[in-house]
Amino acid sequence: MKVFVIAALATVLALAGLPAESQAKTEIQWWHAMQGVLGERVNEIAAKFNASQSDYEVKAVFKGAYPDTLNAAIAAYRAKQPPHVVQVFEVGTQTMLSSGAVYPVFQLMKDNGIAIDWNDVIGPVKSYYATGGNLASMAFNSSTPILYYNRDLFKKAGLADKAPATWDEIEAAAKKLVAAGAKCGYSSAWPSWVLMENMHALHDQPFADHANGFDGLATTLKINGPFGVKMMELLARGAKEGWFTYNGRLSKAEANMGGGECGIFTTSSAYIAGLTRASEGKFTWGTGPLPKMGGFPQGHAIIGGASLWVLKGAKPEEYKGVAQFFKYLASVDNQAWWAGITGYLPISNTAVKAMETSGHFQKNPQQKTAITQMNAGKTTPNSQGIRLGNFVSIRDGIEEQMENIFSGKKSPKQGLDDAVAKGNEILKEFAALYK
Amino acid sequence: MKRSVFPNRWLPYLLVAPQLVITIVFFFWPAIDSLRLSLYRASPFGDRMIFVGAGNFQRLFADPAYLRSALTTFLFSFLVTFIGLALALLLAALANAKIRGLVVYRSLLLLPYGIAPAIAGIIWLFIFHPSYGILPYLLSFVTAYQFNWFLKGWVALTLIIVAAIWKQFGYNLAFYLAGLQGIPSSVLEAASVDGAGPIRRFFAVTFPLLSPVTFFLFILNMTFSFFETFGLVHSVTQGGPGDATSIMVYKAWKDGFEGLQLGLSAAQSVVLMAIVIGLTAFQFRYAEKKVTY
Repeated sequence: MKVFVIAALATVLALAGLPAESQAKTEIQWWHAMQGVLGERVNEIAAKFNASQSDYEVKAVFKGAYPDTLNAAIAAYRAKQPPHVVQVFEVGTQTMLSSGAVYPVFQLMKDNGIAIDWNDVIGPVKSYYATGGNLASMAFNSSTPILYYNRDLFKKAGLADKAPATWDEIEAAAKKLVAAGAKCGYSSAWPSWVLMENMHALHDQPFADHANGFDGLATTLKINGPFGVKMMELLARGAKEGWFTYNGRLSKAEANMGGGECGIFTTSSAYIAGLTRASEGKFTWGTGPLPKMGGFPQGHAIIGGASLWVLKGAKPEEYKGVAQFFKYLASVDNQAWWAGITGYLPISNTAVKAMETSGHFQKNPQQKTAITQMNAGKTTPNSQGIRLGNFVSIRDGIEEQMENIFSGKKSPKQGLDDAVAKGNEILKEFAALYK
Repeated sequence: MKRSVFPNRWLPYLLVAPQLVITIVFFFWPAIDSLRLSLYRASPFGDRMIFVGAGNFQRLFADPAYLRSALTTFLFSFLVTFIGLALALLLAALANAKIRGLVVYRSLLLLPYGIAPAIAGIIWLFIFHPSYGILPYLLSFVTAYQFNWFLKGWVALTLIIVAAIWKQFGYNLAFYLAGLQGIPSSVLEAASVDGAGPIRRFFAVTFPLLSPVTFFLFILNMTFSFFETFGLVHSVTQGGPGDATSIMVYKAWKDGFEGLQLGLSAAQSVVLMAIVIGLTAFQFRYAEKKVTY
């Protein structure tokens, strides 16, 4: 027994001594919020980067959902032990910009002498994360909402095999779908992001003052204007008449589309991978761009997802490694692989072209929809993105009121007025903090 | 009262020191820190701390959403406590009878308590989910009414009340069973001899004798439904639809951890702290005096 223990100890000691070589590598902590398949892909990125060079070791650490990851990074920063890179969802952008804790990405690259052609970054992604034309964070997983339709249900309802392009067409098709026995004619995930944020941008309508917060801290929400009210009136009527089904906040409703219940559905383009798996052997589906509302000008769909922020407080040689890592992330190879496998947008025009040349979109035509949508329309002050202090709470307040509107508890105008009042209160607090 | 005598003056202090240290580090320190934070408007990354005095509290009590949340919480807690205790007492009285398979029956009734609130939430989610839940499916054969708690506030609230009662049921039952077994049979026999039937016996003898247990469980269930139902709400309704199930502890978490309004969240936890202190003081003051043994 004693001999065994000694042998075991010796083995442990020998093993502990082995990785001496890799300890010389500079470690880079990357905290992220990607679960399941996406989490595996993130680990793959880190592994590939680590294998590509011998100076740095990127450690990808899953820290829970987006809010949990941000909270973990905040706690670590306050304890003076920040990760080098943290993934923050798009609604946290203003919080990060105001935090004073961020090392802007464009500066990081410049300081480390790495040239990245920022003009190659696709427009909507660049506008969302740039200040004064310079990227403050590294675009990572960006998606845009698109429309999905269940081909089998369309066939059953006698509808043409074509994605509805306008809200009028959605209403007409959804009514037929329900009449033909579909449990849900039209539904949407991410209610605020798709039906409020993107619809306002797509129709060139302001979401908040100061150009949606891009020309200075926003103080007032604008969503209770004629467009917002019309949008909510349409959906409230849909809920009442039964052709629109509300299925919960965040991504919850995706379960209904994946379960084959919904004829028409809107959610992130990154749901392509999930829907492919959920529908396998059960039903077929197609995609189309977000629907338009007649009588309003043409804007541009906006993105969602998350970007990578570099936190202050690390050593210069570590930042050098982060810069190398970002260079790897931005490479055409990595972008084309990441976008192709996840359904997120490739961040550079060169990567889009590479995917076109390789025939990726011929094999995966559904992935083309999001890219076409991103290149269509006009970028205006209303459609470059939305940048609000504490956007998480504002979005939550909007979804709360959407529920009150869809259930008929409040009129569309009243619900939106209440959402604006709560949002303005939150913006006022944020402005008071950073005045 | 008997006084213990220690040979060394410092020994007693040394003996209680570990407990004191734990209490100070894990209870007093965070509590005092929340108190301090509740007086500030604080930035998430901690670079800005602006003293606002009672500003956070004023904002809180002027906010109709917070008052609604308080109302929801009290309604929720009272319903969970009263219905929960009534049911537990009823089933305990039945389980106390001399029937075959009593041990199995009792063990099964105690089971739900062993399940974490978040897991319990997921189980109820599977039962009640409007699209893939079994209950709405079965109900659809009986009524055309849509029990969609994504939109109907009262359905969502009922759902978490039922789930919370179920969750706490085993615990309540265990205490009532123990209480029932502690009642001397001579008292009940005496009542029988005096001509009291089972129901009369229950209300005239058993129930008053159980009052210490009831009182203890009342306080405990109130505290449970105030605080420990967080996991349930978080996994099932996320406070919605609208703010129908946004109970105080959930709102405090949401404003703090999702909304990053740390001062406002701290103010809410101070309010919650005051409620617990109140409940505990009430328990200590009245538990020994006003309850019949």
